[in-house]
Amino acid sequence: MYKIAVLGDRDSIYGFAALGLEVFPTASAEEGAKALRNLCEQDYAVIYITEAMAEELAPELERCRENLLPAVIPIPGVHGNTGMGIQMVKHSVEQAVGSDIIFNEK
Amino acid sequence: MAGTQVNPTRMELTRLKKKLATATRGHKLLKDKRDELMRQFLDKVRENKRLRERVEEGIGAANKNFLLARAGMQDQVLNTALLAPKQRVSLESEAENVMSVEIPKFTFKTRTPDQNDIFSYGFAFTSSDLDGAVQSLADVFPDMLALAECEKGCQLMAVEIEKTRRRVNALEHVMIPELQANIKYISMKLDENERSTQIRLMKVKDMMLKQAHGYDDPLN
Repeated sequence: MYKIAVLGDRDSIYGFAALGLEVFPTASAEEGAKALRNLCEQDYAVIYITEAMAEELAPELERCRENLLPAVIPIPGVHGNTGMGIQMVKHSVEQAVGSDIIFNEK
Repeated sequence: MAGTQVNPTRMELTRLKKKLATATRGHKLLKDKRDELMRQFLDKVRENKRLRERVEEGIGAANKNFLLARAGMQDQVLNTALLAPKQRVSLESEAENVMSVEIPKFTFKTRTPDQNDIFSYGFAFTSSDLDGAVQSLADVFPDMLALAECEKGCQLMAVEIEKTRRRVNALEHVMIPELQANIKYISMKLDENERSTQIRLMKVKDMMLKQAHGYDDPLN
């Protein structure tokens, strides 16, 4: 039985508590890195992380990439969409295909 | 050419030929695997993109609602309202095998079946904007979960495709040409040895004939 965590600044994530997800408000990048490492070792299957925080923790995210669980998914925070989430998908396409063929279609 | 460091023996030749057969078969299989993985990856990544756009839009809208709710309420009241959630979500994860890549499949369960349990507060002291905000977040949640599943799958498949591609390229451009060159080198060398033995025997025969019967070499 796995759990779902939400990581990021408090203003962006407090609403998820109502849905029954576990929220971990973190103010700084160091705190976030610590929390993320902690969560990766416990039985969390999905960790949603605000894009602003994800950008600061990019090396940590890269480490989680190749493991089956947890899935670390960037979501837009209260300060708006930074495009980081789409960037991660682009990165996957570039890794697999060699060049970005999905997002150039438009 | 790496031909200088191989032993030009028949045993080595057989060994290399076997190796070449294995490499060629492995190359074909890996190429097929890469093509199929790529096909499935592209389907999945398109879905990933669609889901992500929807989720980002949904969360953006929910965040706007939450901002409105915060504006209309005191911080303490809001904190108390969301302090003790009634609902709890847990996940079951299964690993699905796609071309030998394990990708997760999530099914989520809520602690209570009642959908209204996401409202963990009394309605008397909170603004109605909060209800709307929580509801809009709950609406986008199934998509968020689908996104998590899809995006993780894409990441894992991308890693595997990269690995497979490297293997295919290594076999195609390094292993197989090298093996072919070595096989060619050995067979040439063996042929050459055989010819030289043949000539040596012919010479010896001539010499022996001359010694025994005094024949001259018919060619000279």
